[in-house]
Amino acid sequence: MCACRCGIKVHLEDGKLRYIEGNRDHPVNRGVLCAKGSAGIMSAVSPARLATPLKRIGPRGSGSFEAIGWDEAMSIATRRLAAIRATDPNRLAFFTGRDQSQSLTGYFARMFGTINYAAHGGFCSVNMAAAGVYSVGGAFWEFGEPDWDRARLFLLFGVAEDHDSNPIKLGLGRLKERGAKIISINPVRTGYSAIADEFVAITPGTDGLLVLALAHCLLEAGDVDTEFLIRYTNAHHLVIDAPGAADDGLIARNEAGRELAFDRRSAALVEAGAAGIDPALAGAFVLPDGRRARPAFALLAERYLDPQYAPEAVAGRCGVEAATIRRIAAEIAEVAFRQAIVLDQPWTDTSGRRHEQMTGRPVAMHAMRGISAHSNGFHTCRAIHVLQMLLGAIDTPGSWRYKSPYPKPIPGGPPPGRPRGPGRPLDGSVLGFPTRPEDLLVDEAGEALRLDRAFSWEAPLAIHGLMHMVIARAFEEGPERIDTLFLFMANMAWNSAMNPGETTRMLSACDDAGNYRIPFVIVADAFASETVAYADLVLPDTTYLERYDCISLLDRPIGSAHGPADAIRVPVLPTGREVRPFQDVLIDLAGRLGLPNFADAEGKPLYASYADYIVRHERRPGIGPLAGFRGADGASIGRGAPNPGQLRRYVENGSFWVHHLPPEQLYYKHANRAYLTGAKAMGLIESDEQIVLQLYCEPLQRFRLAARGHGTRRPPERLRARIASFFDPLPIWYVPLEEAMVDRERFPLHAITQRPMAMYHSWGSHNAWLRQVLPENRIYLHAGRAAEIGVRDDDWVWVRSRNGSVRCMVRTMTGVNRDTVWTWNAIGKRAGAWALQNDAPEFRRGFLLNHLISEYLPKAGDAAPDSNSDPVTGQAAWFDVTVSIEPAGPDSPAQTAPQPAANPLRIKRSPEPVS
Amino acid sequence: MTMLPKSPPGAKKLGLVIDLDTCVGCHACAVSCKEWNTKGEAGLLPDYDKYGAEPDGVWFNRIHSYESGAGDGCRTVNLPRSCLHCEDALCVTVCPTGASYKRAEDGIVLVDADKCIGCKLCSWACPYGAREFDEDAGVMRKCTLCIDRIYDKDLPQAEREPACVATCPSRARHFGDLADPQSKVSQLVKKRGGVDLLGELGYRPTNKYLPPRKATIPTAPREAPTGAASGIGGALLKLLDRALSR
Repeated sequence: MCACRCGIKVHLEDGKLRYIEGNRDHPVNRGVLCAKGSAGIMSAVSPARLATPLKRIGPRGSGSFEAIGWDEAMSIATRRLAAIRATDPNRLAFFTGRDQSQSLTGYFARMFGTINYAAHGGFCSVNMAAAGVYSVGGAFWEFGEPDWDRARLFLLFGVAEDHDSNPIKLGLGRLKERGAKIISINPVRTGYSAIADEFVAITPGTDGLLVLALAHCLLEAGDVDTEFLIRYTNAHHLVIDAPGAADDGLIARNEAGRELAFDRRSAALVEAGAAGIDPALAGAFVLPDGRRARPAFALLAERYLDPQYAPEAVAGRCGVEAATIRRIAAEIAEVAFRQAIVLDQPWTDTSGRRHEQMTGRPVAMHAMRGISAHSNGFHTCRAIHVLQMLLGAIDTPGSWRYKSPYPKPIPGGPPPGRPRGPGRPLDGSVLGFPTRPEDLLVDEAGEALRLDRAFSWEAPLAIHGLMHMVIARAFEEGPERIDTLFLFMANMAWNSAMNPGETTRMLSACDDAGNYRIPFVIVADAFASETVAYADLVLPDTTYLERYDCISLLDRPIGSAHGPADAIRVPVLPTGREVRPFQDVLIDLAGRLGLPNFADAEGKPLYASYADYIVRHERRPGIGPLAGFRGADGASIGRGAPNPGQLRRYVENGSFWVHHLPPEQLYYKHANRAYLTGAKAMGLIESDEQIVLQLYCEPLQRFRLAARGHGTRRPPERLRARIASFFDPLPIWYVPLEEAMVDRERFPLHAITQRPMAMYHSWGSHNAWLRQVLPENRIYLHAGRAAEIGVRDDDWVWVRSRNGSVRCMVRTMTGVNRDTVWTWNAIGKRAGAWALQNDAPEFRRGFLLNHLISEYLPKAGDAAPDSNSDPVTGQAAWFDVTVSIEPAGPDSPAQTAPQPAANPLRIKRSPEPVS
Repeated sequence: MTMLPKSPPGAKKLGLVIDLDTCVGCHACAVSCKEWNTKGEAGLLPDYDKYGAEPDGVWFNRIHSYESGAGDGCRTVNLPRSCLHCEDALCVTVCPTGASYKRAEDGIVLVDADKCIGCKLCSWACPYGAREFDEDAGVMRKCTLCIDRIYDKDLPQAEREPACVATCPSRARHFGDLADPQSKVSQLVKKRGGVDLLGELGYRPTNKYLPPRKATIPTAPREAPTGAASGIGGALLKLLDRALSR
């Protein structure tokens, strides 16, 4: 249904859906449900539901299909994929959307042997995930949450109606109840920002600068938690200062490989992790080899105390007054240090020291889309984590907290797996965590092995892949590179395309002989989305009420700061259509292909269904998709033998499992011995050593050193300068890449989107009730700006970018940054899609901002254009677009543009086979 | 003409208290309401042109988001709007058939569809626009305060509340007896200065709205340090000089 993963209770009457309500015991939503959750009853009867497998008979994109049976569909897919696997498994590109089964789909790709797999994270949140796991071993949203019960000041960066949904709303309600202050830093004042106590109308893409200015103020005033820094971060680790050397900027280590610090008590170099030392945070020290080294904190303080980060220097660019920045910094310091929380709760740290109390800095932060979707998002998100570290506001009472099973050892896992040739699985997980140039997936020339160029010098830390580049690269590189593009639950031809016009052109492009440039496209989806029309083979999925789902600790879990949790959904409705749960189909396909761990040595499939897999699959001995009710008696948690009765036990328990951590384990999890030991025993983490927070991100420096000519694995010449500047181990701010390349005189306005809250995660917005809430969208702009341009409410305007033009209607407001326009995402639809009638307002007055965006940056010189992505993580930079607005004139047609031709599904039914 | 009832002593005044300080305008209440009520006590809530040009239907609860005020005082307001179960309910007194009525025992305003002739006088009378006409059945429809939930003895006590209250993700909606000064809702109204919507019209709505608040954190004003000194300055140096123990 969506990534919020709420627990629901579905009531049936005479076998039909009657009512869906929130499960009051469920740890995610505690009984509440969003609009979309309640409207699920209408999604289950949507006329856009696919009803049978389809084989394309008309040109791609025409919507002409023949209905086929599952036997034929599965044999087409199996034949195609078997041939690919036997020759070059990487010629399968398997990309999934916002689904909840990435631990299964990723495992399928690994066993198939293709490195060309990823999910939706590359659009969505990889900047947050990567910055988080490389900095603090957790991340905003999925791996962390604010301490809603104790925070006194809450800073919300760039969160519109997005992640997560009900937990944020519940949390805001709790903050409000206690009178905590909420500051929303966002260009647009809607939704959560509307109820914030303070709204800071920041200019898009400048959050990093604002955060570093806050750090400047705190450093200037000495409002820094130095005790937290030396105990829990690498602030005191000595950084080698040897310009030109191969280890310049790396952490100094002793022969045992342990990081060094300077102990002021003994006036000697010591292991930085030793207990009881008095480490220097400032100064310069001589290493045993005579070279100089400086504490990471000293480098940080020097950098951010520079006048370029003073509020007065950043105010104009951020669109926030210097006095406001200074006041917010003072409020942060007031709450963190003058209103510190002390809990009389003893706990023991990883050095074995017992503490009688837990001290907390009740300043909590959360950040999401507005940070993530910019090409400077990785560093901006890291800047926020650095700010948290300076305050001692990581997993302490009142601050931001890890959601179990996080924290994990930084950066979260091994490097990405590598191909081992035809017919063989990869040697590791497809998606991994590079920490050095040797971990990249590049060839001898330093060029990408992956189709989307993840884990190459173009996007070294692309831990979620670059889904937005897949179709473009498959089109560019042609049939030699990719045979089959396999998409699940991703509307790549419309609102998940960076540019729908270009994407559909590439999907339907042919060579001179009439062969498609992308030879074969398989789409699995539950509804007749815009993308289905571009498939050669359609595998119809069920709705979420007709299948098993598993919200697994191996995937995107529902754990909270209070303990690990996972959940299932069970089918409550018969399908009545020729559709199958995609997870069942994938397991069936894996069995037919004889993939390791999906089929036995004789090639016989191991699992009858996804439900069977959920119960019996073991990723490591004793560890499977569900952590609860393991072992023959169902009494084991985390680790334990598969339990044949596990699903029944889940259903009896409200379809979820939660382990409540005892009070001594609730905070300081990164250094809490009881927590880490317990988490290791449960199989949540591999090591119970302290997780040292990375104020200074050393892996970035390793890539930078390669760009400076050190080591054997170096970036290609064209990318050297880029790696050298963006792989800074301390957060930096720079103008978003596209913005820096376009003519800002011509395109002076930032353009962003947000999802309507009633349609969290967008898909299903054709729902008969939800479309009564919002069936069309406008371009919103500041009333003052509108007056300058000469447009008023309901006027038709052209919104133009370097990539194209959109005609739409205007709505003015004052709660928006003056240099920003915005609209609702994924309301506009393509005529013919979603079983809507041809006069639907979604087509006539709805529009997508995507038509103004490109997956490429402007061309610079003769070189091929770079992708429009964060240079560190490859995150799609769809918030970097800038536009102009002009009146469309009184004679303008009262219809949005562009209007791609309607392509409704036209399905030919085969005659009954004659026996 | 329909008479308003004389409430017996100790009669309840059931209603909602809606917190505008907390409502994020997510429409969860509106959709849950529609879902519960579409096959509940009140019968089907129709939808018109479900997949066509003008999708519309009957809703007992709608959310309006708009900007209010000017300059620094301007804010975005999310206003959920449903029947306020007024004490002086003009929608009742204008009803020619007695179909529109207010219950003596709890103050809930309801429509008896069997008596409703679809004249729409009540919807014209209601200043809140809280009544919606069912074009399919030809009768007027409105919020029932989920009487089929709040009195349902088969439901656990905690669930005997209107669907909109049960589902509200930011817990901005509260249900209770506003005649009882000790009830949670009455206390909330007292503490937070709850107000009547369009109170000046004199219909004495039972539902109350809690106005937005502004939490502040008082701090001593701080000026930028004079001079553009770069590098580690006095305050931080003092902090860094302090002995630490890892």
